[in-house]
Amino acid sequence: MSSPPFLALLISMNPAISFEQVSRHFGTVKAVDEASFQVSDGAFFTMLGPSGSGKTTCLRMIAGFDLPTSGTIRVSGQEVTNLPPYGRDVNTVFQDYALFPHMTVAQNVEYGLMIRKVPKTERQKRVQEMLDLVHLPDVGSRKPNQLSGGQRQRIALARALINRPKILLLDEPLGALDLKLRQQMQIELKAIQQEVGITFVFVTHDQEEAMALSDQIAVFNQGKIEQIGSPHDLYEHPQTAFVANFVGTSNLISDDIAHKLTGERSTFSVRPEKMHILHEQTPIPANHYRLQGVVEDVVYLGIFTRFAVRTSEGLRLQVIDQNREAQDERRGDVVQIIWAKEALNKLAD
Amino acid sequence: MIRRFSTYLYNHPGVLLALLLGPPLGWMLVIYLGSLAALLFQSFYYLDGFTGQVVREFSFLTYRDLFSAAHMTIVLKTVVMALSVTIGSVLIAFPLAYYSVRYAGKRLKVLLYFAVLLPLWSSYIIRVYAWKLMLAKEGIVSWFFAQLGLSGVLEWLLSMPIVGGASLSVSNFGLFLVFTYIWLPYMILPIQASLERIPHSLLDASGDLGARPLQTFRRIVLPLALPGVVAGSIFTFSLTLGDYIIPSIIGDSTPFIGMAVYSYQGTAGNLPLAAAFTVLPMVMMVFYLLGARKAGAFDAL
Repeated sequence: MSSPPFLALLISMNPAISFEQVSRHFGTVKAVDEASFQVSDGAFFTMLGPSGSGKTTCLRMIAGFDLPTSGTIRVSGQEVTNLPPYGRDVNTVFQDYALFPHMTVAQNVEYGLMIRKVPKTERQKRVQEMLDLVHLPDVGSRKPNQLSGGQRQRIALARALINRPKILLLDEPLGALDLKLRQQMQIELKAIQQEVGITFVFVTHDQEEAMALSDQIAVFNQGKIEQIGSPHDLYEHPQTAFVANFVGTSNLISDDIAHKLTGERSTFSVRPEKMHILHEQTPIPANHYRLQGVVEDVVYLGIFTRFAVRTSEGLRLQVIDQNREAQDERRGDVVQIIWAKEALNKLAD
Repeated sequence: MIRRFSTYLYNHPGVLLALLLGPPLGWMLVIYLGSLAALLFQSFYYLDGFTGQVVREFSFLTYRDLFSAAHMTIVLKTVVMALSVTIGSVLIAFPLAYYSVRYAGKRLKVLLYFAVLLPLWSSYIIRVYAWKLMLAKEGIVSWFFAQLGLSGVLEWLLSMPIVGGASLSVSNFGLFLVFTYIWLPYMILPIQASLERIPHSLLDASGDLGARPLQTFRRIVLPLALPGVVAGSIFTFSLTLGDYIIPSIIGDSTPFIGMAVYSYQGTAGNLPLAAAFTVLPMVMMVFYLLGARKAGAFDAL
């Protein structure tokens, strides 16, 4: 019945990775608890969460280092759930880089091709291509312990990419680098991903890094996925209190207070930079919510000032105000906190 | 007083180093290397066959004696035994060490550790004599073979020319068993230490890049564990080369290097020849280590 073009479309529509109710238990600990998600082809997908949230276990199950207790994992439509690592078209950049210390850099990069018995001349050509890709064309004859941390990181990347995998897995690869190098590597990683055009699955606990790099982010907490979305979705419309405070920070408006303001009994979140501080008597603009409170703390940080305000309901709010000329609120002042109605974000219960 | 002394040392780290390193370094240089040098010199003296006195003159006479056919048989026999014991130890030690490092749980690991170390707590002569009884014709080993109905296998083994003998306890094979048993801990421990140092992520990475377990073992585990194997083999090889107690209790009592040294320095009073016999294993070890380095055994260090 189905015509060939339709079939081709179907095949190309297979997501790069799909998790169907995947769980991984270690004894009584549910490291991953019924995780289901899909990663579209060519995406930069990030698994974000605190340590012990299950993100690394998910990565290890995609690679095959860990097998799920239950559930199904597919890569490009093909089931891989119980395949060993060497049976999967997936390669990994490890957190500690895992470069083989007894081999030269070139031998490390070459390893995957040597195992696959690719002819020597082609191997050498591709090793050089990879070293060029990571901007380290001349280090081939060195040993890994003669490289800096940033260089090892790049070699680990080159070694993983040389097999031309469908998916590259990155397990907190930038964690060991200092801030400046990390930011530089973030830019390069993104550029390399666009150049090779394959799906990247990235694990990190750094929400800023996740925001900077990703097309899609899955936020993990205690073995469960709290929310999946683009950086914009997650920041503007967090669905749970955990996401609201793990991706950036939020003020949570409890259902009592929300009921007074909106008539709806539900928990809401508001970003601190979307709230503004006004003097007691200043009239408030239309379409804004308002709470009254006392300034408890003022922290001047140059680019912005952070206020802690205790509302008359007893709620402690954080307000971030851009640097402006007349910023004269002090501790103990009675003020109004206002924010636009659309800045109020409803959380799922 | 102590306080001022401490401050002085803190400000002069060189003096502290000299104080700490001086005595052991002195021991090393004077007593240890010094006696080795004395040994080397001894081997260039020779025994006057007529007077039975050691002539303290430089000559190669002793070495000419050493390289005589009779003495070379002793050397060859010892070296072949030392090599077999080393290979046997590696074959037994490696799987055990690998299991203990990669698969055993915490408690089992401690237990295995104890099991390896425990024999070292008791006298080695006692253990060798125990083996002599076990390997004897009426010993537990032949009884065990008989119970299994495998006496034929044992007899076939003992009927083999060089390996066999009247019973296991007087055969070279029995000697091999006892040597391997006695030196095994010295092979297990360094291999275990070197395996322990291989991060698990390296094995993951190898599999991730497409290597099957056997390929990972050959290309990653083995090269990285080689320093441990070499260290262990230095123990088993040189200890077998120099031992004179085990071959005088077990086996057909044809002499080994150690026994030759013992008899030449004692009743025969031929200290130069005993020294020359001792120099030989040292020279072999030097060549072995150079060869191991050339083969890349220490690249992972």
